[in-house]
Amino acid sequence: MFNEKLQFWGYRRPDGRVGVRNHVLILPTITCATQTAQRVTELVSGTVTFIHQHGCAQVGTDFDQTARTYVGMGMNPNVYGVIVLGLGCETHQAIQIGDEIAKCGKPVETVSIQDNGGTLQTIAEVAKIAVRMVQDASMVQRELCDFSELIIGTECGGSDACSGLSANPAVGSTSDMIVEQGGTAILAETTELIGAEHLLANRAANDSVAKKAYAVIKMMENRSIQMGVDIRTGNPSPGNIEGGLSSLEEKSLGAATKSGTTRLEEVIDYAERPTKKGLVWMDTPGHDIEQLTGMVAGGAQIVLFTSGRGTPTGSPIAPVIKISTNTPMYERMQENMDLDAGTIVDGKETVSQVGGRIMEEIKAVADGKLTKAEILKQHDFGIWRIGPTF
Amino acid sequence: MSEYKTLFLNEKDSVAVALSDIPAEVEVVVKADSKEFRVKILEPILFGHKFAIRAISQGEDILKYGEVIGAAVVPIDVGEHVHVHNLEGKRGRGDKVV
Repeated sequence: MFNEKLQFWGYRRPDGRVGVRNHVLILPTITCATQTAQRVTELVSGTVTFIHQHGCAQVGTDFDQTARTYVGMGMNPNVYGVIVLGLGCETHQAIQIGDEIAKCGKPVETVSIQDNGGTLQTIAEVAKIAVRMVQDASMVQRELCDFSELIIGTECGGSDACSGLSANPAVGSTSDMIVEQGGTAILAETTELIGAEHLLANRAANDSVAKKAYAVIKMMENRSIQMGVDIRTGNPSPGNIEGGLSSLEEKSLGAATKSGTTRLEEVIDYAERPTKKGLVWMDTPGHDIEQLTGMVAGGAQIVLFTSGRGTPTGSPIAPVIKISTNTPMYERMQENMDLDAGTIVDGKETVSQVGGRIMEEIKAVADGKLTKAEILKQHDFGIWRIGPTF
Repeated sequence: MSEYKTLFLNEKDSVAVALSDIPAEVEVVVKADSKEFRVKILEPILFGHKFAIRAISQGEDILKYGEVIGAAVVPIDVGEHVHVHNLEGKRGRGDKVV
């Protein structure tokens, strides 16, 4: 559909990666610091933050996963600079997270509430740094960049029976176009690939990728088996069922169409940065916000999000383009939805026509067009917990 | 024939999808590749929901997209609504482990 090489206007970062936004991120490494971070974003425009309940009393793989997510959020090229805000006594030390993010060369400052003498003095300190950083950020000029610099996350949430027929195949067609441009498309939500893993494994670049595809599916499925529950009690959700989806397998077969038709290059861990261009599978749960957070921490600059039931979801640092699977929902929830793929169900457009329209929207959003979720300040963030808190 | 839109994705499938609300007692035509079925709808089928295009026996796999989406809990008649009341998933079934 797009024979020519596509380009967009992006912000080049010191590590060479390119952002489509230019945020100053106030990154609270512990839940105790989230309220203070929030206050600063109310004072200083150009700053963003997120509320969460992580950062202390976590161990092992779970500790590593949270740390990786924080660092990935800070390193995402949509972020100009980061103020890492800690309480002081937590296990995820702000100074360590800050040092790690600083390796990509962007401005990083670290502040501790305990060292600063409390909430008010910390707000003042962080705000002062933020004012300077936002002004510096405003001096960065956009430059012409290739689509091959883009990592596009794909996601479906609030699925209905149309998801697998309209919006998801359309995103699959967009995913193929991104790959053809030399870019990266992330497929995720391992839970919602249970029952469709053989189709993806058959497209794996090599045996070890195919093996990892089966392995992450098995780990996810075993979690529900070890808990002694029917996975259907959590997925598909009541809204999915009302929309006509009867089992996880049915939902998965629809969800997998987001991957398009290209070769599966690698399977990566949650919040990990892809090492390959092309189609990449990130191991995440089906939980919308946890999946979104993983992909953005993995470096996705833009996320495509299909929905049948409708959803407001967005990220503090990455534009999320919301695509409806059916026209009645698009019309009902226009304030949240950006594009309609229901035209496919109505026979008015083909899957690849909608795929092309999504591609054009990606270019517009990369150039600076705001998505509905950005305008509504929908700053969702949640890390996939894989262990208990101690 | 009927003005009710349906979608039959793969000729191996045992179910088709209603693309509009379909009332009981009407006859619809479903087509995929070389196969065509006339199905008398037995109960109202809402937009996005599935109905059986052939009889499915108890325990038999149910196919959509040409792939298994679960198994029949009870025998299902042609034209019957196929959903969580008569279809169960086969994956992630920790409740079936003793």
